[in-house]
Amino acid sequence: MHRRAFTGSLLSLLATAPAFAQSGSAPTIPEEALIQPVVLADILKKANPPPLLQVGFSVMYSEAHIPGSIYAGPTGTEAGIEKLKAAVRNFDKSAPLVIYCGCCPWVRCPNIAGAWRTLTGLGFTQVRVLYIADNFGADWADKGYPTAHG
Amino acid sequence: MAERFAILLLFLFVLPASVSPARAASAPAPMMVGSPAPAFIRPGLDGKPVTLKSFSGKVVLVDFWASWCPPCIIAIPELIGLQKQHAGRLQIIGVSMDDDAAAAKEVAGRFAFNYPLLMGDAKFGHLYGGILGLPSAFLIGRDGRIVKILRGEQKPGELDRAIRSALGS
Repeated sequence: MHRRAFTGSLLSLLATAPAFAQSGSAPTIPEEALIQPVVLADILKKANPPPLLQVGFSVMYSEAHIPGSIYAGPTGTEAGIEKLKAAVRNFDKSAPLVIYCGCCPWVRCPNIAGAWRTLTGLGFTQVRVLYIADNFGADWADKGYPTAHG
Repeated sequence: MAERFAILLLFLFVLPASVSPARAASAPAPMMVGSPAPAFIRPGLDGKPVTLKSFSGKVVLVDFWASWCPPCIIAIPELIGLQKQHAGRLQIIGVSMDDDAAAAKEVAGRFAFNYPLLMGDAKFGHLYGGILGLPSAFLIGRDGRIVKILRGEQKPGELDRAIRSALGS
């Protein structure tokens, strides 16, 4: 019974795998590209913060996002990658830019690595990735950092 | 006749308000253990309305999931097993937080679900205090109050223990 359930889960996960494999894994993002929530929250208090892009799912963005961030996802899909490319079309490639997702734990995120790879591939040189260990709720909203809804 | 009229009223007045793609503009009220579980009525993925009220007297698990959430998918066989094991006393309701119903329906076709599935959105998430990461689940006692909030990937047996505790067995 347990073996059957496990096999079923494994097969289901494998069936979902192409979508996740497309975006790669968040841990492949170099550590020097990461920015911790506390650091970003501090940067946001200052004048002229960098552009922020939420590259996850639209339902999650509607629920809560960092104020001023633009929705450009989900980058675990080809359509989301195209949306991201369109969103940054007129951005200065040498200026800082921050991306984040937070849909699920960092190691499980289907979106963030694809977004980082796309942007660096386009020639953006200062892409910073918000490190969200667990999810946007636990690592951002629950810490009291600013959030917007809608 | 009266039943048909009630269903007609449901589809004309109640459902449109509860299924419209919603963008909640203000912060949700936090959901806590002991809070009354927020009532809802929504069409299921199979088209039949799903109401929390219709399961009053049972222990209810409202499970927020999405097709893109690997731990959520891994948990589905366990949830199906728990629903089967505690049939009559437990009711699981799966709320998909996918951006579109097609992705949820694709998953629905992969498993022999024995509990209703419906589509969530930001408005539904706010109703439950904000679903800002998956998996998230709310265990509701027979008295209609939240008895446990399960956020994130659960350790093996954790869900079973929580449900047994709520069932008093």
